[in-house]
Amino acid sequence: MLMRILAVGLLAGLVSGVLVALLQTVTTTPIIIEAEVYENGGGHETHDHGGEAALQSGLLHYAVASAEKAELIFVHAGEDHGAGDVWAPEDGLPRTLYTSIATVGTAIGFAMILLAGMLFAGDTITESRAMAWAAAGFVATGLAPAVGLSPEVPGMAAAELSSRQAWWFATATCTAAALWLILRGSNNWYRLLGVAILVAPHVWGAPHLTEHPASSVPAHLAAQFASTSLAVHAVLWLLTGFFVGFWWKRIGQS
Amino acid sequence: MNAQTYNSTAAASSERSQVIIAATIALVFGLGLVFTTGFAHSSSIHNAAHDTRHALSFPCH
Repeated sequence: MLMRILAVGLLAGLVSGVLVALLQTVTTTPIIIEAEVYENGGGHETHDHGGEAALQSGLLHYAVASAEKAELIFVHAGEDHGAGDVWAPEDGLPRTLYTSIATVGTAIGFAMILLAGMLFAGDTITESRAMAWAAAGFVATGLAPAVGLSPEVPGMAAAELSSRQAWWFATATCTAAALWLILRGSNNWYRLLGVAILVAPHVWGAPHLTEHPASSVPAHLAAQFASTSLAVHAVLWLLTGFFVGFWWKRIGQS
Repeated sequence: MNAQTYNSTAAASSERSQVIIAATIALVFGLGLVFTTGFAHSSSIHNAAHDTRHALSFPCH
């Protein structure tokens, strides 16, 4: 049984992860690379070129940054997030490769969690049922956390990382439990309890900066990234669900 | 309850407990993977998984 679960999870995650990694190279990654031009508020201290002072403000910032994009990306490559001596994959193929590995890893993780949930529930694992679970997975890890913490493109100002991660994890867990109560609850009291658990993390509130410094990323880029990343997240879950059902029927039926 | 149904009930419950154990292992493995790619603070892991974290709207930076 364990071997079957692991084999199905690995295969499903591998296939859906590779497909989504391809999707990322034409959807989210170009926006990330474009946004990195504005990262660190445009106020890089580690590089100096004539436009530096102009980079600090408004429209001029945008125009100059666009003109110097190629150079800025190059400058940025070796010192992501201002940690100069820390390893980071080179831009281009290595970066795409590591991104793909991370996406496949996440997809395998989602596949295992999906399988575990369906097995705990005693559900029959088919493509359509697994995709229904995957849709719930997307609501739990994609949609609900995004209500409090909009998907961030590099360069956006945000609260301290650990507090956001803790809120994200709590929200995903609460949403998953709430969906179970709402969709599978045996009576309406369970559903009511589910709604309460669903909204609790949002009433508590996501961690945000008390005073919001102006984000250096143009609004159109941030908005486009938020919607695109949610769509990619949904595709990852649904493909993972489909392939979990697909491989479950074909591998090691005992 | 005769011996035969008793045996098959016992077999079913032992199979069910095997499923629960296996599913728990898969859950722990899955959470560990998602934690590593999405949340680990190590700079190298962060930089390697950077674009994926942003693309899947995990909190980053």
